[in-house]
Amino acid sequence: MGDVVLMQGNEACVEGALAAGMRLYAGYPITPSTEIAELCALRLPQEGGKFIQMEDEIASIACAIGASVAGVKAMTATSGPGFSLKQENLGYAVLAEIPLVVVDVQRMGPSTGMPTSPSQGDMMMARWGTHGDHPVIALCPSSVKEAFDLTVRAFNLSEKFRTPVLLMMDEIIGHLREGMSVPDPEEIAIIDRPTVKYPDPKRLPYHMKKGQLVPEMAPFGMGQRYNITGLIHDESGFPTNSVEESEKMINRLMHKISDNYNYIKDIVTTNLDDADTAIFCYGGTARAVQSAVEMAREKGYKVGIFRPRTVWPFPENELLKAASKLKRIIVAEHNYGQMVLEVERVVKDNCKIDFVGKWNGSVITPAEILAKIEEA
Amino acid sequence: MNRQELRLAGSGGQGVILATVILAEAAILSGKHTAQSQAYGPEARGGSCKAETLISDTPIGFTKVQNPTFLMALTQSSFDQYGPEVDESCLVMIDSSLTVPEGFKAKNVVSLPILETARNKVGRLQTANIVAVGAINSLVGITDDETITKAVLMHVPKGTEELNMKALVEGKNLAEQWSKENKK
Amino acid sequence: MVNTADVKPKTRQMSNLIYKYMRPEHLPHIWCPGCGNGIIMRDVAQAIENLGLSRNNTIIVSGIGCSSRAAGYLDFNTIHTTHGRAIAFATGIKLANPTLEVIVIAGDGDISAIGGNHLIHAARRNIGITVIVMNNNIYGMTGGQYSPTTPKGALGTTAPYGNLDRPFDIAGLAYGAGASFAARGSAFHVQQTINIIQEGIRHKGFSLIDVASVCPTYYGRKNKKGSAVDMLKWQRDNMIPAEKAATMDPVDLRGKLVVGILHQTQYKEFTYAYEQLIKRLYEEREANE
Repeated sequence: MGDVVLMQGNEACVEGALAAGMRLYAGYPITPSTEIAELCALRLPQEGGKFIQMEDEIASIACAIGASVAGVKAMTATSGPGFSLKQENLGYAVLAEIPLVVVDVQRMGPSTGMPTSPSQGDMMMARWGTHGDHPVIALCPSSVKEAFDLTVRAFNLSEKFRTPVLLMMDEIIGHLREGMSVPDPEEIAIIDRPTVKYPDPKRLPYHMKKGQLVPEMAPFGMGQRYNITGLIHDESGFPTNSVEESEKMINRLMHKISDNYNYIKDIVTTNLDDADTAIFCYGGTARAVQSAVEMAREKGYKVGIFRPRTVWPFPENELLKAASKLKRIIVAEHNYGQMVLEVERVVKDNCKIDFVGKWNGSVITPAEILAKIEEA
Repeated sequence: MNRQELRLAGSGGQGVILATVILAEAAILSGKHTAQSQAYGPEARGGSCKAETLISDTPIGFTKVQNPTFLMALTQSSFDQYGPEVDESCLVMIDSSLTVPEGFKAKNVVSLPILETARNKVGRLQTANIVAVGAINSLVGITDDETITKAVLMHVPKGTEELNMKALVEGKNLAEQWSKENKK
Repeated sequence: MVNTADVKPKTRQMSNLIYKYMRPEHLPHIWCPGCGNGIIMRDVAQAIENLGLSRNNTIIVSGIGCSSRAAGYLDFNTIHTTHGRAIAFATGIKLANPTLEVIVIAGDGDISAIGGNHLIHAARRNIGITVIVMNNNIYGMTGGQYSPTTPKGALGTTAPYGNLDRPFDIAGLAYGAGASFAARGSAFHVQQTINIIQEGIRHKGFSLIDVASVCPTYYGRKNKKGSAVDMLKWQRDNMIPAEKAATMDPVDLRGKLVVGILHQTQYKEFTYAYEQLIKRLYEEREANE
């Protein structure tokens, strides 16, 4: 472990991406994610990588997908309005199974909203934003250190499962500066996509051998000629209208994520052992929750924290299990109520569910959460 | 548990954010926990600007200032905005060009000629934020001279080191002078 | 109905092109009888053959629309992307690996309406990709709506009273935006078009070749342009070589088809400039150590 250094959340995301092997970034300036682009512009050519400022948000994600197809780990970052614009090509990467990391440093919306104000209002767009049925992996960091670690993990998951992974940051963490120890490179586990070792004209590009999670990928130019498309395709990579093939393909995309949920899940629980109340939170909100729980514990309340770092897929079984021992779950998030809908869907009548939200551009304070705890 | 909640306010372009970054850097170099953040309008220059640094011996949960132990204001409008939020025990440092309203709650108000010192003694108004850093470190006691110097040098542009070192020392002198005069 | 895959090629050259550069198992193509796109796809294959490009090192990128199906028929590394975004995908591929020969095949709506922003910025950036536009003056895949290259007054399913818009000159647009190579070919002028595509691919920088296709099914029928043969004959009879056009009054060129290299300049290609930056930073670091 290296020395503790002062770093901003957005900077930690870039350093994590570089450590994970990102060698191309394509982006478009937008607050509050712009520092990610600025630092990539500075750092990538130093590492032999490429930075490009594209003409718009759509081009940025398209460029990143193109780079990934050519065998280079790629990332794009944005905030709310840009995340809306990227949705179509996000679906393309899901369907064509192109590894990619997309960062959304959430800001208050809808529309242009309040560009410098914190929010977690894109959580459902992350899940359902692109059209059609599709699986999603989305991670939420609650500290600068986690911004680094989860960016590394986002790359690793995207490579392992050949799918875009969303890093759902928020303004609180993106613009926060705090101390973090940068791990030494040898301490960081890196996963690379399963790659075709030698060209074979008979190879079906989307065929999987037994035991493989995903088909091996051939970087363009390595000699394995094949076709990539956003149309529903069969193992040959060519479009098909077959009912059987379509269903097989969507099922495979869904199952490669759901069957490996235990690998993808990442939940941090605090003080749940003796708790009758848990605060469900994620991302920057967790910092206020942490302080609120400390205050509540001092007052004798038995409160704990249930904090998913992998928010999509949603931790259904884990939350249900926790809920069975609880009287109450308080969901705290910077929106009008998004993940609370998932909590209600999963927990049902197993315990009481309360909500602390914020949708005015200000930050939820520990006092507001404490007040909700004391309401019981 | 020792915990400082520092809030610095001024107008955009005065380098208030950088001042809080340097104070956070000084905290890290001294082995403490810190959280620095800012709130600002979209204007790069002229709009009001508030930045904060928390410094603590223990890990920090909530990253924003809730009850400032220290407030600095460089403009009257920022003082008028954030001044009323502080309680009695908060140490307040304002530029000497500002006026303190009747019935102001905080007992300790340090009025220092920060802008004038930067403009006339250091020779560049833009160094006011570093003058402020020197004064704050002396008043609040974040770290030693060597460490605060290192923190400043880590964050100022190349070629301005000498000027900023001068600003840092002048800021420290302002605070020390005030402490001497106000010691009973 | 005759399956064209069963038809014996008439000339040896055609056989070579199909079996060497196309995917016979995915033919016959979906293009309508008389469509100009097949001719243009063949021109691309012939240009690649003439240049001796490696199939493994050549990337075909397409968007969405009739033209974009070409990616599926050509036996290279092919990627059929989203509507309008082919150039943006191609930019990522080229920047990630500048040794690749990246060719975009797109339609007029794809490249100059929904993808217009990418076209002008790739041109400005002078990134070393080649864009071949199959320009049929209509949205064919969706059934004949007017496109940015539909002439004023012409009919489309969304222009039942005649098109009110003025059309784009895509080659002129690209050059105006900074493309270092802008040219026009046509479905009729096979040999000239093959030569122009070759020059475009060889050119170090962004090159755009606007190739006049024909759409007898929608554009032709809606606008009473006759059969596919009639439409090709129009191209034959109204062609003016670029060299001659340069000396003519623009008024006399109205309604004519100017074929040839319209503009060509040389300036630094984007990915080359970026690799030079990486080299410079590396050398500066070495010197400081």
